[in-house]
Amino acid sequence: MTARQRDFTAPRVRLLTPAGELRPTPEAEPYLPLVEALPDEMLERFYRDMVVSRRIDIASANMQRQGQLALWVPSHGQEAAQVGSAHAARAQDHLFPSYREHIVGMIRGLDPVHILELLRGATLGGWNPDENGNFHLYTLVLAAQTLHATGYAMGLQFDGLSGTGEPETDAAVLVYYGDGATSQGDANEALVFASSYQTPQVFFIQNNHWAISVPVSRQSRSPLSLRGGGFGMPGVRIDGNDVLVSYAVTRQSLDEARAGAGPSLIEALTYRMGAHTTADDPTKYRADAEVQHWAERDPITRYRTWLAGRGASAAFFDDVDTEASDVASDLRRRALELPAPTREKIFAHVYSEPHPVMAEELAWLEAYEAGFEGGPA
Amino acid sequence: MSARVGQEPQVTDAAASDGLDPSRAATARPVEHGLRGVQTLSMAKAINAGLREALRADDKVLLMGEDIGPLGGVFRVTEGLQAEFGEKRVLDTPLAESGIVGTAIGLAMRGYRPVVEIQFDGFIFPAFDQITTQLARVTVRHDGTLSMPVVIRVPYGGHIGSIEHHQESPEAYFAHTPGLRVVSPSSPHDAYWMIQEAIASNDPVLFFEPKSRYWPKGPVDQDHSGMPLHASRVIRHGTDVTVVGHGAMISTLLQAAEIAAGESISLEVVDLRTLSPIDYGPILDSVQRTGRLVVAQEAYGFVSIGSEIAATVAERAFYSLEAPVLRVSGFDAPFPPAALESEYLPSADRVLEAVDRALAF
Repeated sequence: MTARQRDFTAPRVRLLTPAGELRPTPEAEPYLPLVEALPDEMLERFYRDMVVSRRIDIASANMQRQGQLALWVPSHGQEAAQVGSAHAARAQDHLFPSYREHIVGMIRGLDPVHILELLRGATLGGWNPDENGNFHLYTLVLAAQTLHATGYAMGLQFDGLSGTGEPETDAAVLVYYGDGATSQGDANEALVFASSYQTPQVFFIQNNHWAISVPVSRQSRSPLSLRGGGFGMPGVRIDGNDVLVSYAVTRQSLDEARAGAGPSLIEALTYRMGAHTTADDPTKYRADAEVQHWAERDPITRYRTWLAGRGASAAFFDDVDTEASDVASDLRRRALELPAPTREKIFAHVYSEPHPVMAEELAWLEAYEAGFEGGPA
Repeated sequence: MSARVGQEPQVTDAAASDGLDPSRAATARPVEHGLRGVQTLSMAKAINAGLREALRADDKVLLMGEDIGPLGGVFRVTEGLQAEFGEKRVLDTPLAESGIVGTAIGLAMRGYRPVVEIQFDGFIFPAFDQITTQLARVTVRHDGTLSMPVVIRVPYGGHIGSIEHHQESPEAYFAHTPGLRVVSPSSPHDAYWMIQEAIASNDPVLFFEPKSRYWPKGPVDQDHSGMPLHASRVIRHGTDVTVVGHGAMISTLLQAAEIAAGESISLEVVDLRTLSPIDYGPILDSVQRTGRLVVAQEAYGFVSIGSEIAATVAERAFYSLEAPVLRVSGFDAPFPPAALESEYLPSADRVLEAVDRALAF
């Protein structure tokens, strides 16, 4: 008896090689025109955003070590996957992050000080998605947001806001999650509902190879992009450290979703160069050689090489470095000035409508605290 | 002690609509439509009528659930609604409770008012995470800029002789969670109004429907609610012992009160209607007059709605109490095989046993 064939390979779509050459894989050829249509300032913006993201990462991790943040969630290594996909969305689209997509929020217009407000322990949320580029709140329960995104996409569809052929008003939903979250039931139920209702939606999996200390091989024995086909939607595996392909494939997928072609799934292969969070120690579970392997595939280095090759000046790169430093130090300054929340925040907005228990408990706490004021020291 | 439920008194649902207190009616949320008069309906039909009103009044109201379309739900509560309002208003969903509640949250973010049907009480737990860590917290996470007007309808409770996971009373899990509201009607009239008020609420509401009460008919005044959603009410006045319950337990308490009356014991029956928040006004007022309180529920007694009421009444009405607050509950063992349910579920007799103990104290 022969063993059954166990070939779970998926083609990898890549435009930019790790050495920084524009050399599309055969599967990437159809996406090339989308990149060729990009103006220079957009190509420069990709670079700027990736460098800003990495600089904020360093500044924020430092703030955590100095006791100014409860936690920091690094995105070092994943800049290309995030920046490319975020720029692929149109203004009317809705983006549902997990909790590591800081630069995605910034690209949508979110002031990152609100992310630090959350990680500083001053709020449970931090921003209103309606006023911040339809960038929804971070969701800390893994994959829970995939269902919210799918329900939201159902709503867009019911509202007649997809599939009409109007590119300026048709909208889609882009939802981010990670390789670990793909094992959650909610991630799979979201694919079921999205496929069933043919939602205008793109599932964007950042496979950074590690769910804290557990390798992706524990989550899945086959490429995660194949999860799409099993649920009845296209799935594609891209080089997530190639910002151009991340942009192009997400752009194409969102355009198709807006046009009424239904949902699709993207697996972006990338690597979490740093710790899962500042509470983690990756030296305990992964080899230096693996980290070195991925360091050689750094998303910023390869893109910088390509930009330089097509004529970007040394002054441009210097300006970006200066700007990133300025953004990071300004962010740090403003984060340290964030006011502490007041005790009313415990009870305010737990309910939308008046609630007797919230009122009673706030009154009790106020009276209790007042009992200490003016009393003996 | 001998059983006293030899001859069953006729307890009609008319009793449950007698105690309307006009002074409390002023705060009822107005639901506008022409005068409809009083109809005699089962609770299932009353909820169906309430859902129809809500679907007509606001095109953002959606129904979602398993088998709720052409079949009308396993209890036929949504019968005819998909035919009337279409597949985009009444959605037969994939068979995944977390998926149903999770997508309902997304739809509410988009401005819809989803009304979710969980097919049976014991099947709500795949959605427990979405309900408690997401639905209950979306509004606070958004600093109040986003409401979550989602209703989750749950047929619950025993007395129907069904198999495992079909007769549970899980309401305390949800009452324990800040951010949720939890209610349970006991009569067709209340069910008709409370479902509409729950849908009109901008907060998430767990709506527990006592499934053994789906079929008995009662009067439904379709012109006057009589009560706001989060109000308890005295449905039978008495002087000796206050008995409190909700849902199907109300029928049992009225039956107990009828038997007790034959023994010259006067029970005051309070229908909680709202389990979170609990409306303590009518309970405390009653206890201050009777001095004795028995709390009855089908749910497990340990860490239950009854426990909470007992603790709070002890805190707030200690000097009015002539006896300890007593609880009559389902036993703290899994809901048994249906052949044993009559021994497991609190009966009028078990309520009266507690009443006797309270009076003897």
